[in-house]
Amino acid sequence: MKDQLEKIKAEALAKIEASDALEKLNDIRVAYLGKKGQLTSVLKSMKDVAPEDRPKVGQMVNDARAIIEEKMEAARKELARKMREEQMKKEVIDVTLPASKASTGHSHPCTIALEEVERIFIGMGYEVVEGPEIEYDLYNFEKLNIPANHPAKDEQDTFYINKDIVLRTQTSPVQARVMEKGKLPIRMIAPGRVFRSDEVDATHSPSFHQIEGLVVDKNITFADLKGTLAEFARELFGEETKVKFRPHHFPFTEPSAEVDVTCFKCGGKGCRFCKGSGWIEILGCGMVHPHVLEMCGIDPEVYSGFAFGVGLERIALLKYEIDDMRLLYENDERFLNQF
Amino acid sequence: MNTSFAWIKAYVPDLQAAAQEYTDAMTLSGTKVEGYECLDKNLEKIVVGEILKIERHPDADKLIVCQVNIGAETIQIVTGAPNVKEGDKVPVVLDGGKVAGGHDGGPLPEDGIKIKKGKLRGIESNGMMCSIEELGSSRDMYPDAPESGIYILPPDSVPGSDAIELLGLHDVVHEYEITSNRVDCYSVVGIAREAAATFRLPFHPPVVTKTGNQEDIHDYLKVRVEDTDLCPRYCARMVKNIKLAPSPEWMKRRLAACGIRPINNIVDITNYVMEEYGQPMHAFDYDTLAGHEIVVKRAKDGDEFQTLDGQLRKLDGNVLMINDGEKEVGIAGIMGGENSKITDEVKTMVFESACFDGTNIRLSAKRLGLRTDASGKYEKGLDPNNAEEAVNRACQLIVELGAGEVVGGIIDIYPVKREEKRIPFSPEKINQLLGTDIDADTMKGYFKMLDLGFDEEKQEVIAPTWRQDLERQADIAEEVARFYGYDKIPTTLPTGEATTGKLSFKLRIEEIARRVAEFSGFSQGMTYSFESPKVFDKLLLPEASPLRRAISIMNPLGEDFSIMRTTPLNGMLTSLSTNYNRRNKNVKLYELANIYIPKALPLTELPDERMQFTLGMYGEGDFFTMKGVVEEFFEKIGMTEKLHYTPECEHPFLHPGRKADIICKNTVIGYLGELHPDCADIYKIGEKAYVAVLDMPSILPFASFDRKYTGIAKHPAVTRDISMVVPKNILVGQIEDVIAQRGGKILESYHLFDIYEGSQIVAGYKSVAYSIVFRAKDRTLTDEDVNAVMKKILNGLQNLGIELRA
Repeated sequence: MKDQLEKIKAEALAKIEASDALEKLNDIRVAYLGKKGQLTSVLKSMKDVAPEDRPKVGQMVNDARAIIEEKMEAARKELARKMREEQMKKEVIDVTLPASKASTGHSHPCTIALEEVERIFIGMGYEVVEGPEIEYDLYNFEKLNIPANHPAKDEQDTFYINKDIVLRTQTSPVQARVMEKGKLPIRMIAPGRVFRSDEVDATHSPSFHQIEGLVVDKNITFADLKGTLAEFARELFGEETKVKFRPHHFPFTEPSAEVDVTCFKCGGKGCRFCKGSGWIEILGCGMVHPHVLEMCGIDPEVYSGFAFGVGLERIALLKYEIDDMRLLYENDERFLNQF
Repeated sequence: MNTSFAWIKAYVPDLQAAAQEYTDAMTLSGTKVEGYECLDKNLEKIVVGEILKIERHPDADKLIVCQVNIGAETIQIVTGAPNVKEGDKVPVVLDGGKVAGGHDGGPLPEDGIKIKKGKLRGIESNGMMCSIEELGSSRDMYPDAPESGIYILPPDSVPGSDAIELLGLHDVVHEYEITSNRVDCYSVVGIAREAAATFRLPFHPPVVTKTGNQEDIHDYLKVRVEDTDLCPRYCARMVKNIKLAPSPEWMKRRLAACGIRPINNIVDITNYVMEEYGQPMHAFDYDTLAGHEIVVKRAKDGDEFQTLDGQLRKLDGNVLMINDGEKEVGIAGIMGGENSKITDEVKTMVFESACFDGTNIRLSAKRLGLRTDASGKYEKGLDPNNAEEAVNRACQLIVELGAGEVVGGIIDIYPVKREEKRIPFSPEKINQLLGTDIDADTMKGYFKMLDLGFDEEKQEVIAPTWRQDLERQADIAEEVARFYGYDKIPTTLPTGEATTGKLSFKLRIEEIARRVAEFSGFSQGMTYSFESPKVFDKLLLPEASPLRRAISIMNPLGEDFSIMRTTPLNGMLTSLSTNYNRRNKNVKLYELANIYIPKALPLTELPDERMQFTLGMYGEGDFFTMKGVVEEFFEKIGMTEKLHYTPECEHPFLHPGRKADIICKNTVIGYLGELHPDCADIYKIGEKAYVAVLDMPSILPFASFDRKYTGIAKHPAVTRDISMVVPKNILVGQIEDVIAQRGGKILESYHLFDIYEGSQIVAGYKSVAYSIVFRAKDRTLTDEDVNAVMKKILNGLQNLGIELRA
């Protein structure tokens, strides 16, 4: 009996060893381990074994079965592995073939710049507000300390609808509109379209975008203005960016300043881009003029504030090195798709 | 404003700064220098040469050979210049030196022109004699230079000395950007005062001495100001026995550096004082003044007047005029008259130094189309207290230049004297505004440097009348900040109550619109808000279309930009057209921008500005691609209301069979469609194009960010497919309405899976097949449940004339 078992086992193992396909393994399983298989028939002949030997023989049959099964499983795994490998060899692709992209659209460079700016200021607790593009002269000029016949009114080349209504020349009127509501403190930015009667050329457009910023609270200082804009410049143009504040004049701020940032092309060493100066002018700002506060019903003895205005196109042109402003309004896909 | 650095240094004698250092420092203290030009740029090794001997060139008719004494030695120079003679002193550039330009006076090369010794037709030449053009200037600035030829230096010039020095070209011209509030800095004296303060150096303005003979001007001239509102001050002085002559070199050089062409001593003095004091002056020929009288009054409407440039000007009642006893002789503050101008025959003249109303001058100059140097200064609003000093300075120069005899006395009409302003000084408040800790004495030091007065007793800053920009504490704070240094002020962040940074609901919805459009392959365009009224015809709009009621701009940049748009379509179609014309394929664009709908015309209140989400495309995709983008957007902004698309709508620019209004709860919230082929032709788009326009203000009320989780279905769904024969005129939208209305609570979804018209279907009908899914939340549906609902749906469909297909 034992010899017979050993023989069956050896035979089975040899056949397993020699098999080169999963079907053959299956045939072997049926032939040895199946209901009518050889091992099974040994078990069936158990009735001929002496009762006291039966457990021993049973054990031997089970051991043989276990060994065959184990071997069979190992061979199956190996075969499966080989077949998968074969399969994968057939599936080799040329990874340098072109990609098949889902073609998504692109944001306008001005929008990308705007979202950057919004992200920075929202992070600092500023609310984004809007105001009308067609605006009363009162808000566009008068409430900003630019009374009738003020030369600054001429400087801005205003489009008029009638003597009281203009296309806003700046986003600053939103300042006055927000302050008038009287809800303090104020931290806001107001992006939007503005209009000036400049002929279209590479650096001018009669319609462009500005972002106005305004903070009004108790104890707001010029130092706060400097700190805020320095932070803004670093966020927008990179950690190494430095800012320079130069005195300037705006009717609605006092003291006023123009702000330069270190040229982000040369880092301040001077290059063609910054005309050798190492600096690029990016915005105007200042402490809100006390008279502007007064006109909006805010007591300048108690509150102070700062305001700033940035040209969005200017930032987009600088940041993306676009050399002609007209590209921004032509909407050629080959241009837009670069952003 | 351009000014000679040497002139500034004349009043700040200790100023040693180099041109660049000066530029940076002045810019940081608030007098912005835009740039500068060194007049001696590329002028190297140029000395005075004395021509000792001239011989003809043996081999060239047009050349001469000169022996030139250059101080230490005598060198030989060959030249073709026709104007030199023996004994002349000329500028000579030596071997290895440089000149700024060519003799033709064309644009100056960046690096100048190097001069080397060499041979001209076989004769050695060791340098070059220079024309004024080669020295980088022109006859405009050196009127004594010959038309073509070598510049001849004064006879007393020393051979071998620096010719550039002699010509006054070792100077720098700085270009300033003066802000409109600093009228005082439109003058050399004003800038020099700022320069002195910037560099903490003493300021030495010109010292004006008393002039005038024993006579009294009042015996010669009467002055009457009728319109004092427009002329706060009028000063007049007189000069007789005028001797017209060229001005001295120093004066010519300073004027030339400012870009003013020297003419003669009288003209030059008026220009010189205008630059120096910022006070325009005018000179009248006394002998042309009828009645020896000056009257300042407004013109009469329709008056015509010939200005000294020979032009006839049409006046109106708001133009202030200078008259004599009989007639108009000058437009106040803008330009004198042909009839009273200084000619070569002038013997006696009147110097006018007046203060006119800035706004009036500005508006008059604009109406007349005549903006002059003088009006440019006046329009900024001058300090009347400057007028007297300026005219006295002019008279002083008359005496110094020997240009005539100054008549004693002055006529000064100055009814209301402008007084200095007093501003309370509170160093605490200044520090509080600036965020600094500057002590009071330092602040007062700055005031002193700027010639601001200070009243110790009252603790008040006294602002001189030339500083009309100083009115209150904040202005004083700026002065402190400027001289303390903007760069030294600390950088802090605002403290105080925290605020929430956020976008408005409207802006968040717009952000989603952008996201959906871009994910769907549309790129963002931007177009102008104003356009031509012709676009309405291009869009095939009928005469009565309300879209034609647009707001006009009074002063547009031409007709093409003259109305505020009432539809975003022209912008979109123009952009598509640009792309098509440039052969870009499969173009998809969107724009988010306002249209402007007037409440009434002409405008009495602000119009309705409506944000439009506009999509446009040609190439791949069709009507339903566009519809898909629109619906994706509605879904993303949480619109749960059922939308209806109705082909019964206007929009003549759309294909009549391929257009729809989008309706939500009886509100039209937008439209979409294929561009009408006629319209596509007009815009030269050679492919089928599709547009969608969504009116954001109408959509916002239906948008919401609220989302409620409804649970993932646990019970199985039952699907029923129906295949129908539908009269052709029935829209699938109507079928869907029936399914939606009659499907009841257990209706989960439905979708069209087949639509067919053709041979197997009776003419006038189409085959439509829907798959309808039912599901209950709380149980497994039985056939009876579904059958009951299906029966209702089928009944409804039958009412529309629809039959189930066998």
